[in-house]
Amino acid sequence: MDPESMDTEYDVIVLGTGITECILSGLLSVDGKKVLHIDKQDHYGGESASVTLSQLYDKFKQNPISKEEREAKFGRDRDWNVDLIPKFLMANGELTNILVHTDVTRYVEFKQVSGSYVFKQGKIYKVPATEMEAISSSLMGVFEKRRMKKFLEWIGSYEEDDISTHQGLDLDRNTMDEVYTKFGLGNSTKEFIGHAMALWTNDDYLHQPARPSVERVLLYCQSFSRYGKSPYLYPLYGLGELPQGFARLSAIYGGTYMLDTPIEKVDYNEQGKFQGVQTKLGHFRAPLVIADPTYFPEKCKSTGQRVIRAICILDHPVASTNNADSLQIIIPQSQVDRKNDIYIAIVSDSHHVCAKGHYLAIISTIIETDKPHKELEPAFQLLNPIEERFMGIAELFEPKEDGSKDNVYLSRSYDSSSHFESMTDDVKDVYFRVTGHPLVLKTRQDGDN
Amino acid sequence: MNSSVTSIKLVLLGEAAVGKSSIVLRFVSNDFSENKEPTIGAAFLTQRVNIGEQTVKFEIWDTAGQERFASLAPMYYRNAQAALVVYDITKPQSFIKARHWVKELHEQASKGIVIALVGNKLDMIENGGERKVAKEEAEKLAEEEGLLFFETSAKSGENVNEVFLGIGEKIPIKKPGEQANEQSGLRITDDQRVDLTNSVNGPVRSAGCNC
Repeated sequence: MDPESMDTEYDVIVLGTGITECILSGLLSVDGKKVLHIDKQDHYGGESASVTLSQLYDKFKQNPISKEEREAKFGRDRDWNVDLIPKFLMANGELTNILVHTDVTRYVEFKQVSGSYVFKQGKIYKVPATEMEAISSSLMGVFEKRRMKKFLEWIGSYEEDDISTHQGLDLDRNTMDEVYTKFGLGNSTKEFIGHAMALWTNDDYLHQPARPSVERVLLYCQSFSRYGKSPYLYPLYGLGELPQGFARLSAIYGGTYMLDTPIEKVDYNEQGKFQGVQTKLGHFRAPLVIADPTYFPEKCKSTGQRVIRAICILDHPVASTNNADSLQIIIPQSQVDRKNDIYIAIVSDSHHVCAKGHYLAIISTIIETDKPHKELEPAFQLLNPIEERFMGIAELFEPKEDGSKDNVYLSRSYDSSSHFESMTDDVKDVYFRVTGHPLVLKTRQDGDN
Repeated sequence: MNSSVTSIKLVLLGEAAVGKSSIVLRFVSNDFSENKEPTIGAAFLTQRVNIGEQTVKFEIWDTAGQERFASLAPMYYRNAQAALVVYDITKPQSFIKARHWVKELHEQASKGIVIALVGNKLDMIENGGERKVAKEEAEKLAEEEGLLFFETSAKSGENVNEVFLGIGEKIPIKKPGEQANEQSGLRITDDQRVDLTNSVNGPVRSAGCNC
């Protein structure tokens, strides 16, 4: 179809095809909104894309190696789908829920992540997945295991409306530290629960009300019990499949897609409200816009956090992991004298993200010093030898305002957490700001299949 | 009795309004509607055909308009075993576009993909319209690029089933056991692949954690 003959009036314009924007685009199209979705780049995914090796070299290296050299070392470019931001799905988390309700599961296949590991005194230990593993695990002593069991039983049987299940604890008044004390849990168990299960990246939670921590532990346990090896899932061909899947959902419900289309100018009316954009394909109008922070830097502010990420290519599995094809390693802050945990996400050719025989490990943490690459040293030591590494620093942004003044509704940067729960919170937040009502997931109705 | 069912992912490519969806609609439900609106809300259509002893199930993916501004996702081509590249025999521009899609498929799709070049709207010529793409020219392209070639009319149904039968015959049939277990409805091909919609194992509201 010619650009001239296309519609220029829409209900919503969405800028950027990161996963947050693609989910919103899909949900709004399903709601019957007429959506125009534009990306300035020539591929889907924005900051949450998976890229080929040549794209990765272009992005991170000043002097890219020659095509011949690259192919000799790493094989065909098209076999690589390298995530720019490392995350896994919680098997029982909200993204899984959205995928199932929207039927985007039809376009993406998932595998379990083989294991979750935690770093303790220089070594890594598997987070036990079965009772057998738990009994033989040297993570904690016999008595501590018993106390831990009591704690998990309390979480499992806790019913909000049945005070007899609360064992005298009030999730909104007692801090998590008080909960730990009640069950007599020692420091290393606290660290395990808070960092390897509740997935807090620092210790601030200890002195806050226990509810969010308890909910996180429960999500971890439910996700773990769903498929059995770890609480995490990962899509074949990389995380970049997720935005593509939701973009397809949007397109199937009438959404229009334009990649490789930079925004030349944003138009506002006399009241300062958004009314459209100018592009090489012409003017497009809509009463509101949804965008990631890169499209409106002047309307965003720094969260004060900067994240360093190092993408490492290995030609061997990680030591002491029983040759796992995929895993997470958490290095709790206290183990390496830091304030924030270091995460490592490892995937491999069995996920179709790299050429045969290779592994991809992405390290990330919140920067604490002026030598951030040095901060990753404990992680590099677990991964050595490393064939190639690509390092980048990202400042995290959030919108200054809620969008009601100018009808410009902005999402947040992708944070350093190891899963998508904060991203789906952001989706719900933007959805609420845009529509004025909370997101209610409905099961998609199609005639076929 | 059929021993097994082979699923084939088939993708549609071609300029807007050449009749991609109409061909599929004719094939899937033996139907045609004159002023068909672009398909809304269908993830993909499926149709089973018997080829010899074998049942082939086509999973047919529509572009959903994402081809218009060069915005087709790599996901679209991923694991496609067959493609229909459709043009309108009364519109030379659509044939130029078809050449482009064939090139794109060779670059993006899996190596063994079976491609059928389909010149649609035969009925318009039979009703006095003017043919603008010579059959010989299309046959030449098909021969050079190793494509199946058909001229069809989605409106009358002429040659439509032949396209899909032709593709089904050309795709290597996997022996039973190589294919994902169809009856269970689960997309599990090895022990770690999971079906998110499967609620047999959960979700469980309990401290199901064994730690």
